[in-house]
Amino acid sequence: MAATNKEFRKRSARPPRVVWLPALVVALAMLMPLAYLVIRSLDSGWVEFFETVLDGGTLAVLANSIVLAAIVTSAAVAIAVPLAWLTARTDLPGRKTWAILAALPLVIPSYVGGFVLVSTLGPRGSLQGALEPLGVERLPEIYGLPGAAFALVLFTYPYVFLTTRAALRGLDPALEYASRSLGRGSWPTFFSVTLPQLRPAIVAGALLVALYTLADFGVVSLLQYDSFSRAIYLQYRSAFDRTPAAILALMLVALTAVILIIEARTRGRARYFQTSGAVRTPRPTPLGKWKIPALAFCGGIVSLGLFIPAGILVFWLVRGVSSGEPLRIVWGAAWSSVSVSAMAAAAAALAALPVAILAVRFPGRASGLVERLTYVGYALPGIVLALALVFFGANYAPWAYQTTGILVLAYVIHFLPQAVGATRSALLQIRPSVEEAAQSLGRSPLNVIATITAPLAQRGIFAGAALVFLTTMKELPATLLLSPIGFTTLATSVWNATSEAFFARAAAPALLLIIVSAVPMYFLVIREREK
Amino acid sequence: MRSIKLLMAMAMLVALAAFTAACGGTEEGGGGNGGGGDGGNGASEESAMEESMAEESGMEEEAASSGEAESLTVYSGRSAELIGPVIDQFIEESGMEVQVRYGDTAELAATILEEGENSPADIYFAQDAGALGAVAQEDLLTELPEEVLSPVEDRFNSPDGEWVGISGRARVVSYNTEALTEEELPDSILDFTDPEWEGRIGWAPTNGSLQAFVTALRITEGEDGAREWLEGIQANNPTVYEDNTTTLEATAAGEVDVGFVNHYYLFRALDEQGEGFGARNYYPRDGDVGALINVAGAGILQTSDNVEEAEQFLGYMVGEDAQQYFADETFEYPLVEGVETSDELVPLSEIETPEIDLSNLDDLEGTLELMEETGVL
Repeated sequence: MAATNKEFRKRSARPPRVVWLPALVVALAMLMPLAYLVIRSLDSGWVEFFETVLDGGTLAVLANSIVLAAIVTSAAVAIAVPLAWLTARTDLPGRKTWAILAALPLVIPSYVGGFVLVSTLGPRGSLQGALEPLGVERLPEIYGLPGAAFALVLFTYPYVFLTTRAALRGLDPALEYASRSLGRGSWPTFFSVTLPQLRPAIVAGALLVALYTLADFGVVSLLQYDSFSRAIYLQYRSAFDRTPAAILALMLVALTAVILIIEARTRGRARYFQTSGAVRTPRPTPLGKWKIPALAFCGGIVSLGLFIPAGILVFWLVRGVSSGEPLRIVWGAAWSSVSVSAMAAAAAALAALPVAILAVRFPGRASGLVERLTYVGYALPGIVLALALVFFGANYAPWAYQTTGILVLAYVIHFLPQAVGATRSALLQIRPSVEEAAQSLGRSPLNVIATITAPLAQRGIFAGAALVFLTTMKELPATLLLSPIGFTTLATSVWNATSEAFFARAAAPALLLIIVSAVPMYFLVIREREK
Repeated sequence: MRSIKLLMAMAMLVALAAFTAACGGTEEGGGGNGGGGDGGNGASEESAMEESMAEESGMEEEAASSGEAESLTVYSGRSAELIGPVIDQFIEESGMEVQVRYGDTAELAATILEEGENSPADIYFAQDAGALGAVAQEDLLTELPEEVLSPVEDRFNSPDGEWVGISGRARVVSYNTEALTEEELPDSILDFTDPEWEGRIGWAPTNGSLQAFVTALRITEGEDGAREWLEGIQANNPTVYEDNTTTLEATAAGEVDVGFVNHYYLFRALDEQGEGFGARNYYPRDGDVGALINVAGAGILQTSDNVEEAEQFLGYMVGEDAQQYFADETFEYPLVEGVETSDELVPLSEIETPEIDLSNLDDLEGTLELMEETGVL
């Protein structure tokens, strides 16, 4: 056989150029924010650098962030895995609908979600108002760690839900049947057979949750939790000082590196390929008497994460319209949001494929590093990433600065790991022998990727693209600073109104954002049904 | 085969992005549309796309050679909801093209600093003086001519003439109308350190307006007086909020009895939520720091190629029409004499602001340090 045939096969083999070259380009793009941060951090010299890093207050907020990330991640997994299983593997009534609804809290921007939560569950929020006749004067404080953690769990668990559910549906139930036929009950089978196979997907989702939590600013500022990202924003907002902000952001990158190392340990080395070519559709597990509690569980989570926020938005809209506020449906902004998010999703899916192939098929130091690098942009608060691209764009590529192109690039750098994680999980379920067979029949590496790898991994690729689409829809800092001038998206419309307390005007674009985002979510679920 | 189609489709989308980027590139040079002002309703970007597609390049040279159809680029930290209409008025009257990038005041300041020499902006319109100071400190703002500065009282302009104050907002105490009447409120904001206010105060220490207030306090009451006040408020366990809006909402809901905010948020809340809104403004009667005036202002960037047009823009903003707009529509204080304000506002002439330069970053730094030391931040 020709040398190229071996290229795809063994871990010692060199990856083909169609894989490593694009992966290298992606890695270089990912280094941009890092380079910017290093340049800015050293603006005032090493002394200030170390003073900032070793400051007691800085370390305390860093600890706060770690605590928050740990709590949010564990709680998100605890909620999302049962939800994924219920909607993928049981006879839960309306499980397709539940699946869409349960994924939707992801599209609620944290600056909207946090605000709604405060106005609902605050000490004198609407819930207290409803309970007032019962003599409830005040609800317990939600500000601080409990409130911030609660809000973040609600708006991030869908990461774990989506990756886990995708993995469950790609899983061959043969092993589970074997376990059952050997006399194991359904619970032991779940824990000893199903769960280990889901581990890569759960860990991939959990990683996104942890890093999202570190980078988020909206929730922690509204719910008054003194986290690291808040400290970064305060440097820009109060002191107008970019140097300490950059130093803090570099520390966040370092923390991300630690989390990635932990993730690498947790992820496990095992590969779970399908044993046969075709995935059998598993028989749904009957819930029996658990049907009602299961419905209550799904309903409770979906109410908190979706129905209540959407309900409050409707309330704002109605209240505003009834006191004479004109109803403005922002179709133009909706179209901008959708088109730019679609571009970002497609570009991210394309960029993720070589990175994921490299990581799964050619494991090693270099490929591991490239894959980990994609997480840097994700763990950075949006404003930091946006300023990095402002710096490079304005000074080194003025022709591209503040164009759709650089905006899409910013989105890809920011959200790529979502696509990489999903693609990677899907590739793990494909046996390399299929690709090897095609190679041995003389197909070129590109041809193998296009005709074998991508189609087999398409569920993961689409899931990844959908995640990027949905998070791009609500992205704010990069959109404000890098879009072509005058470009308005749903997210910027919402922000424009809420930043000046025009709740009624914010409600229409916010609701439209949720509705428009539900469409790709719907297709994601429908696609699965075809299989 | 299906997957090849899939990859093709993705590639085409990416190509589309690149193409749009190329168009945007030419647009950035000087073309574009004049509809930036109505950014709030999303119509502008469509016309921007169409126009840039239709006109392609060539616009730039045309504009430069004929001297017509000049286009101004404004970075605005003030929201489209607030200043979009007045910018549209300017476009209509001047026939000039104005493009506006809306964003957070501080983030836009950081953006201008990163852009440096290559900033496409002509004008920086900021929510507060501190941000203007940050940009001026790096020598990025030009000195404004007398005719732009003179309509506005000196105390509301940059001492070096690098930015002009455009509208003002007063610091007030918002109070929950169910819990309190105006008579029960103390004469001075300094009295809220009394233990009777334990657990009843809401504030937003991370907000620029409150920080400006603390700066003013350091000047009128001295460093120790300011420290005492911060410690006294802190001892009363105030509830911390994100900004003026959330503080006011919490006051109205009765989460806290009083909140330290800017005056004009109330009028918007009344507009949207009706007279039943549960909070009202109280202007501390001592007339000094409690009622500090903060300004929103604007300056022209050193890198601007359209200084004359930019000056015209700023001149319009401190002119009668625009000032009347701020008085009537955003419920702010006009900074030019002779413009009528709403009856509900305490007249500007009755509010004595201490002699401070709100754009002085050294002062701001001192304030942030003090707030950190007292555990407020």
